[in-house]
Amino acid sequence: MRPRLPFSPRHLVLIPLSAVMLLPLIWMLITSFQTLDESRHFPPVLLPTGIHWSNYSDAWNAAPFGRFFINSAVVTLASVAGNLVFCSLAGYAFARLHFFGRDVLFVALLATLMVPFQVIMIPTFIIVKDLGLVNSLGGLIVPNLATPFGVFMLRQFFRTLPIELEEAARIDGCSRLGVLFRIVMPLSMPALATLGIVIFLWTWNDFLWPLIVITSTDQNTVQLGLASFQGAHQTNWSLLMAGNVMALAPMLLVFIFAQRWFVRSLAGAGVKG
Amino acid sequence: MIARAARSEHVSGWLFVLPAAVLITVFGIIPIFWALLLSFQQNDLLTAPTWVGTENYRTLYHDPVFRDSVRRTLVYTILFVPISVGGALAIALLLDARVRLSWFYRTAVFVPVATSTVATGIIFNLLLEPTYGIANYLLGEVGLGPYGFFQDPDQALYSVVAMTVWGWLGFDVIIYMAALQGVPQDLLEAARLDGAGRWATFRHVVWPLLGPATLFLIVWSTINALQVFDEIYVTTRGGPLHATTVLVYYMFNQAFELFHAGYAAAAAYVLFVITLAFSLLQLWLGNRRVHYTS
Repeated sequence: MRPRLPFSPRHLVLIPLSAVMLLPLIWMLITSFQTLDESRHFPPVLLPTGIHWSNYSDAWNAAPFGRFFINSAVVTLASVAGNLVFCSLAGYAFARLHFFGRDVLFVALLATLMVPFQVIMIPTFIIVKDLGLVNSLGGLIVPNLATPFGVFMLRQFFRTLPIELEEAARIDGCSRLGVLFRIVMPLSMPALATLGIVIFLWTWNDFLWPLIVITSTDQNTVQLGLASFQGAHQTNWSLLMAGNVMALAPMLLVFIFAQRWFVRSLAGAGVKG
Repeated sequence: MIARAARSEHVSGWLFVLPAAVLITVFGIIPIFWALLLSFQQNDLLTAPTWVGTENYRTLYHDPVFRDSVRRTLVYTILFVPISVGGALAIALLLDARVRLSWFYRTAVFVPVATSTVATGIIFNLLLEPTYGIANYLLGEVGLGPYGFFQDPDQALYSVVAMTVWGWLGFDVIIYMAALQGVPQDLLEAARLDGAGRWATFRHVVWPLLGPATLFLIVWSTINALQVFDEIYVTTRGGPLHATTVLVYYMFNQAFELFHAGYAAAAAYVLFVITLAFSLLQLWLGNRRVHYTS
């Protein structure tokens, strides 16, 4: 048994702090169960008279949330998979192979990390338009399949692995691709998980790029669908919050249950990246 | 034999980097130069562009809405960065000790990290509704307000600061807590044995060791603050009376709502220069003070 800790004065700060951090989410949840009149009542109705689940079915019917989820899932999974494969390949080559032009190329890729996305979003939009990818999930996936962040992070991690294992495998006749997939990547699970989680969070919550590229409702991601849902139901708070809860719930549940992984990944990405 | 092995390494190397290199070149490197080219053009994203030289930049310089958007972006950044980084440091220090319920406090602070910017904006529209919103109710209970928040031109930008600090604080806390984990216990013990009080221990042992994390967070938060957009799009749409029209919002509006893509590209390059100047200045100042230990 762990020894009981004495009451710490820290609680006097931490309790109100937690209240401030949680209140917005709790109030969203409460409002999602209220009637429209209750949600616009002053003083606010802190405890609703009943739980109005109908807000959820109304929200689900008012906008194709199912479709939004599928679109977001497709875009996110494709982006995560693309980054894991392409950044591993490139990161390994930059870490271990000597090839013509390697250092120049690496510096060029690294330099793009310095450029905010907003600076390049207009020409990137024109390129995506010329490729015929406007208003398609492809327009969200293709530019996001490989990130300089991923290449850089994995290169740094691969360089910390003992090279003797790879040399031994090469002498035993393993191809370079085999070395990467059978030895280097299995040893790099923490780094790959970090990259996967960061790309997952970033892609799932991304808003500005989908806002530019997507024009029709059936191609909307969750974030885009949520923003237009708000546009269509301005101050219908109970309906809006039901939609908001539905859109947020999967990510929040994953986050709460896998909190250690998320925290470790964000800390790792921040400290090293 | 050796020559062939070396040649195969050149080929493998290029084959390995090719997919990522092509993607990053097409969607990351070419657009940097293209954006510069665009900034010297008149371009409506539909018809053939025309070359206008430096006219876009000269127009920007004299455009009061643009100048105000730069000023607002700087005001926002100067508020957002110290509040979020300083607040995160305080919270991380409070959470670092073995307090009861610390798992609960951590979850409370971290959960907004997973909350999307769009959802955050929608929630704050509800909380900060001026006539019947819960924020005015709670503030009224302690004798403050009522406030107009997003609907008052004098308060809208500060409301955006409050909303975005809520959303981003948890990430900074995560970074600081990871850095605090790296502070060696024997150093703290040694300081205690030498008779250092809590403040002296923090000031002379902990704070210097947090240097790299602090520098990273200041640079990172500044970059993010200069690019704030999502939460504003969902709440105020740059209003009221342009009170929250920050640089990226102005750019977005010019490029994709008014179709002045060349003009917007010039604004984008101004953002680029501001971001670069801030980052380099912070890294230069920081690296003179921060000591990295491996």
